[in-house]
Amino acid sequence: MKKQHIVLLSGILLILAFVIGGYFYKNQQSKKLGFMAKENVSTFIREHSSTLGNDDAKVYIVEFMDPACETCSAFYPYVKNLMAANPGKIKLIIRYAPFHEGSDYFVKILEAAKRQGKYWETLTVMFQSQSYWASHHNPQPELIWQFLPNAGLNLDKIANDMNDPEIAKLIEQDLADAKTLNVRKTPEFFVNGNPLPSFGYDQLKALVEAEIQANY
Amino acid sequence: MPRSDQKSNSNWNIVFLCWLIASISTLGSLFFSAIMQFAPCVLCWYQRIFMFPLAIILLVGLFPFDKSVVKYALPLALAGWFIAFYHNLLYAGIIPESIQPCSQGVSCTEDYINLFGIFTIPMLSLISFSTIVALLFILKRRLSK
Repeated sequence: MKKQHIVLLSGILLILAFVIGGYFYKNQQSKKLGFMAKENVSTFIREHSSTLGNDDAKVYIVEFMDPACETCSAFYPYVKNLMAANPGKIKLIIRYAPFHEGSDYFVKILEAAKRQGKYWETLTVMFQSQSYWASHHNPQPELIWQFLPNAGLNLDKIANDMNDPEIAKLIEQDLADAKTLNVRKTPEFFVNGNPLPSFGYDQLKALVEAEIQANY
Repeated sequence: MPRSDQKSNSNWNIVFLCWLIASISTLGSLFFSAIMQFAPCVLCWYQRIFMFPLAIILLVGLFPFDKSVVKYALPLALAGWFIAFYHNLLYAGIIPESIQPCSQGVSCTEDYINLFGIFTIPMLSLISFSTIVALLFILKRRLSK
């Protein structure tokens, strides 16, 4: 065999091994997560998790998110659209993965707002005003307070409730589950336990539609 | 003629072997980060900086065989080896992590994989760099004879 051929063949074999290995790994991973979704539901949904949508829905979107994450904010309307396009069939479960420095502050506000029954309103306000308080060069968390009245919140009560150790515990639990599920970036979606094959809105839409097909 | 031909053949084989190790390491590290989604720590990036070009430079040196490839590849391999060595000291706890620079993002002592208790990712890197350095030194000696 000529030297050129040896090198060419080795190169092709290596790349082939990479591609096939990647394929098998992803397959095995999604099987494992699918199994976990059945056997270990609580890793995906905790009692404290906020949910949106019909309780009888058969398609569960579990979203690990960070209130200070720009992509989460950009994705939020898409997820809402998906739910609107398939009324009653989708349930959204919010989990926290506050990976940005100091973003547990916003999770605490959000959880305190939940006690006033204004969770989803507050989340919307947060995402809409995010660019003001979450700039990467100059994050100013205290700026969020001026936007909170838009969600109809009692601010004194928020300031008091957000320091409840129960909330800190809940964030810890979500972070632990994120670690178990190998969530390292936000937002990360699981549709009935299946992770996105690769990140993107179209992939999320395809996965949700496949699950709707399979369950309805 | 056959003797010198044989000799240059084994020189070529040494570079080829180095290239193979560098390519496997390059693709392996990409597999860890792109497929398995392990976030690379700072030290891992420094080692990649020296491993990735080896996969290219050694390939260029193979066609046509250019013995000066040693001169260019060895400094890269050595620099990578030192970082890998440091990383393993850190990983083993011989150097405390508090004095190393990668506090932000991923900890350099994070345990991603650990086969048989010794084959961690930093150890795999050290093995690759050590083998490449050793082979290139052997080649250097053979060429200077």
